[in-house]
Amino acid sequence: MTQIRIHGRGGQGVVTAAEMLARAGFLAGHEVQAIPSFGSERTGAPVVAYCRFADVPLRTREPVLEPDVVLVQDPTLLGPAQPFAGVRPGGLVIVNTTEDAPWVREHAGDGEVDATVVTVPATRISLDTVGLPKPSAAMLGAYAGRADHVTLAAVQQVFRDRFPGRVGEANATAAAVAYAHVRGEPDPRIVPSAEVSHA
Amino acid sequence: MREVLEGSQAVARTVARCRPGVVCAYPISPQTHIVEALSVMARTGELRDCEYVNVESEFSAMSVSIGASAAGSRAYTATASQGLLYMAEAVYNAAGMGLPIVMTVANRAVGAPINIWNDHSDAMAMRDSGWLQLYAADNQEAADLHVIAFAAAEELGIPAMVCMDGFVLTHATDVLELATQEQIDGFLPPYSPTQVLDIDRPTTIGTMAGPESFTETKYLQHLRFLDAADVVEAWSDRFTEAFGREAGGLAVRYDPDTLDRDRSAPPAGAEDLVVVAMGSVIGTLQEAIAPMRAEGLPVRLVGISAYRPFPREALKAALGESRHIVVIDRALELGSGGVLTGCVGRALAGTGSRIHSVVAGLGGRPILEGSLRDVIARALAGEQRGLEFLDLKTGGVPVPPVGATEVAR
Repeated sequence: MTQIRIHGRGGQGVVTAAEMLARAGFLAGHEVQAIPSFGSERTGAPVVAYCRFADVPLRTREPVLEPDVVLVQDPTLLGPAQPFAGVRPGGLVIVNTTEDAPWVREHAGDGEVDATVVTVPATRISLDTVGLPKPSAAMLGAYAGRADHVTLAAVQQVFRDRFPGRVGEANATAAAVAYAHVRGEPDPRIVPSAEVSHA
Repeated sequence: MREVLEGSQAVARTVARCRPGVVCAYPISPQTHIVEALSVMARTGELRDCEYVNVESEFSAMSVSIGASAAGSRAYTATASQGLLYMAEAVYNAAGMGLPIVMTVANRAVGAPINIWNDHSDAMAMRDSGWLQLYAADNQEAADLHVIAFAAAEELGIPAMVCMDGFVLTHATDVLELATQEQIDGFLPPYSPTQVLDIDRPTTIGTMAGPESFTETKYLQHLRFLDAADVVEAWSDRFTEAFGREAGGLAVRYDPDTLDRDRSAPPAGAEDLVVVAMGSVIGTLQEAIAPMRAEGLPVRLVGISAYRPFPREALKAALGESRHIVVIDRALELGSGGVLTGCVGRALAGTGSRIHSVVAGLGGRPILEGSLRDVIARALAGEQRGLEFLDLKTGGVPVPPVGATEVAR
């Protein structure tokens, strides 16, 4: 079983991210579950949501306390939300920030934890592509880029299904840009020069 | 088709496929997604031949449902918490008038203090209102129970609440297989009311009953309620035959080792400790108990699906020779203990059973597998007290556990 915890703030699409991740995981062949936890439904308030992937149908309803993967959609939560809490040894932590991994560890409160820390400027990517500070698609694209639990194609498909048309396409682009970013690959929006020369 | 769906969406689509004639509701968390989805379906035409009535309160929602049902229409509504209490007077009237309305209760705590999160206090406040109360263990059952609820309610002339844990189920996304329109059309008979308000053939529904007849009226209502267990069980069995999966029923049995739901599972034995629970904590108990069984510990699980009518005989049959019971309760009878515990105790009067009451998950407190295993282990060791509040924090202002449902702020 793979357990994922997503931290963010009300309005950033944290609950949607968990549901989209579950849908992408299902496309990848997993049994899935997404559990949101609700605060007082205020914009800007810290929000946590959980997702599980497994080979057998999921029965438990307890929150994810020992995540294999943590997605932090807002770097200002690094201190107060303690996103490293309970992370399983060798886990993966992906943070939406323009800073680097050492900066994240310094600000996370528990920077010594045994985990791979990956950063991605998901808000900047979503502003560039979607035009809104909704980093979910970029965060899930980054996740697909650093683990084989979900594929980029599945992440793109669930956003296209949920938001048909321009918004879905923009989110699919955001996921692709973040995917390339965390893999050190070229930005897919930049047309390779070889093709330009043929144009 | 297996698909990934939010619990509320699953319920809304299934209710729509039951072809209600009138849906009238007032939004309240955590029920809102259900009635929002139904209102969208009514607007887009996906929900055909149905009038969606907007009202200003839950009292009106139930009153409109009563009117619709009395006029011969299949009526549906949904609510939670303070909303259910606000409609309480009309809730009793629907039952007394024999109107088979189906209502989803997205179970939520009752204030004060105000709390939007899950427990069973709301439905428990209506436990003696004369409605059936069917509790969903998971989102698949939450959707399926609505089909059974319409069928049983309409055969009995008794309204039915389908209770599903607020947020824990309503807002959770799971892999589900919804009953299709064709399947439901083949399973659920069209509503043929036994009493209809008709200006050409005037009748009175909900007349006054004085001291000379009120007791007898209630006695007849009681007898009808006793019939309800067989009817709920029969429709649940038919559902299993038709759909190939279990839903509803009275007292639910689980395989001793896999903890999978299995109506052919043997009753508990004299050596067994039996955990009795209802609602979504069943899933967490399945995961908590399976490893204890693997260690050889004599623990069994029995679920309550029909809380009203309370399934005394089915519960006793599932408990078998066991006389040691832990009840996990999501509602508190102040000064006494868990509400379900009281019902179990009355059902087992005279059997010499030891019954522990564990009150858990009040106001959205997450119920953890480890905490359940701990309390079960202590009960096995004879160290558990009669009444326990699971994970009760003592001393000073509670600090939310990091990463748990409660958000640190």
